[in-house]
Amino acid sequence: MSTESNLILSVRDLDVSVKNRKLINDLSFDIFAKTLTCVTGENGVGKTTLIKTILKQFNKNEHVQSKIKRSDMQYIPQLRNIDDDYPLTVFDFIGLGLQHSILPWLSKKEKQSVQKVIEMTKLQDLANTPLGSCSGGEQQRVYLAQALVSQPKLLILDESTASLDKEAKFMLLDVVKSVIAETGASVLFITHDPVLVQQYGDYDLNIANQAGTIKPVKEAQ
Amino acid sequence: MLEMLSYPFMQYAFVASFFISILCGLMGVFVVARKTAFFTHTLSEISFSGASFGVFLGTNPILGMLLFTVLSSLMIGTVGSRVSRRESSISVFSVFFIGLGILFLSLADTQSSYATNILFGSIVGISYSNVQTLVGLSIAIIVITTLIYRKLKYNSFDNVGASFNSRANTLVSVIFLILLACTVSVTAQIVGSLLIFALLTIPASSARYFVHSIWSMTILTFVFSLIGTWFGLYLSFVTNLPVSFFIATIETIIYIIAVIYDKVTRI
Repeated sequence: MSTESNLILSVRDLDVSVKNRKLINDLSFDIFAKTLTCVTGENGVGKTTLIKTILKQFNKNEHVQSKIKRSDMQYIPQLRNIDDDYPLTVFDFIGLGLQHSILPWLSKKEKQSVQKVIEMTKLQDLANTPLGSCSGGEQQRVYLAQALVSQPKLLILDESTASLDKEAKFMLLDVVKSVIAETGASVLFITHDPVLVQQYGDYDLNIANQAGTIKPVKEAQ
Repeated sequence: MLEMLSYPFMQYAFVASFFISILCGLMGVFVVARKTAFFTHTLSEISFSGASFGVFLGTNPILGMLLFTVLSSLMIGTVGSRVSRRESSISVFSVFFIGLGILFLSLADTQSSYATNILFGSIVGISYSNVQTLVGLSIAIIVITTLIYRKLKYNSFDNVGASFNSRANTLVSVIFLILLACTVSVTAQIVGSLLIFALLTIPASSARYFVHSIWSMTILTFVFSLIGTWFGLYLSFVTNLPVSFFIATIETIIYIIAVIYDKVTRI
């Protein structure tokens, strides 16, 4: 099933460290097209640092190799400082992700692609609402939509469900699943939540004791 | 009203205010979004210091202003915005540059009225060449912001997202700060270094409560600045009181209305 041709990202013997403190040794794993890989592990094992290391070394050395370009990858960070008086509408915030053109205004085609991701992420009713007035779950879907508007091939979600209630968590992951089916993107999803891993994950990259092991979720059952 | 417009200095003042309002609309929206209002305040104090340095050297004060503000923008933009946002480093910067400004003024041995001119401006003492410089600067800033517009708006309105998913963030920040430095320097000559801070932050802070896209915020910010400066000029002409007072008061009233509007519509 996992042939060379749909290999999106391959990490080989990667060391992850923060300020000279080693967090993970010799990590190797592959990410395939159209899959959702969960990155799990205790707080402080270096999940976010691993992602930042991948972003930094992306296609720059033999440790992190990929056939896609850096601009085909979108990272959705865990925290974004959006105050409750943040003025831009959901539509305009999503439009910020369109960086391939230098025209100061959005073309008709670009507006259509914003509209399309709004539908994919079920934000139709909120398109003209200021982002600051949206709930936490809605904001996470907006961040997802902003990442999707540039049509990425690899999407990295960093603890996107951490502050959400149960209902919002499942809704977000349902959207992520339908995005994978519709666009063929692969997703790396950092999470703490074993229920979500079981229900949505294809692979589980578990990090513990400075080492990482990847295995299919379904077989583990 | 017509009598007022028959004086060339009033004509220049009205035209200059129009272009200053354009600059405030374009730059102010980003200043507020980037939460760099306090740095802008510091920049206006740095421009005061630069102007007195220019006077001390015996050259045109604007050269000193541009030198000081552009250099400090480069420093802040490259050394890192995190340091510049710390309250303590902003206070240190402000105090140091005000001190330096006072030193240069005293060394230059000019009358103290010159200092008040730099700080409070002389919107009714605008010359034709001032207007020309302003128009030139406005065009340059419009062109450059248009060129970097997409990156600038991503970087300003979603700083965290842009830092991971967009390139050349530092370059965009540095270009923006240099444009801001030029805006402060050129307009401070006219409205004063204290007032340009007000015009660059208050109208944009008010606009974001009424409208929710970057274009409409820019236009509304322009309108708010124009209302303030034009009414201010008119009231100053009629009452013979300082124009700065009227502009500051009008902008404050607009801001208060905006906050009340926001409170009311949120219920």
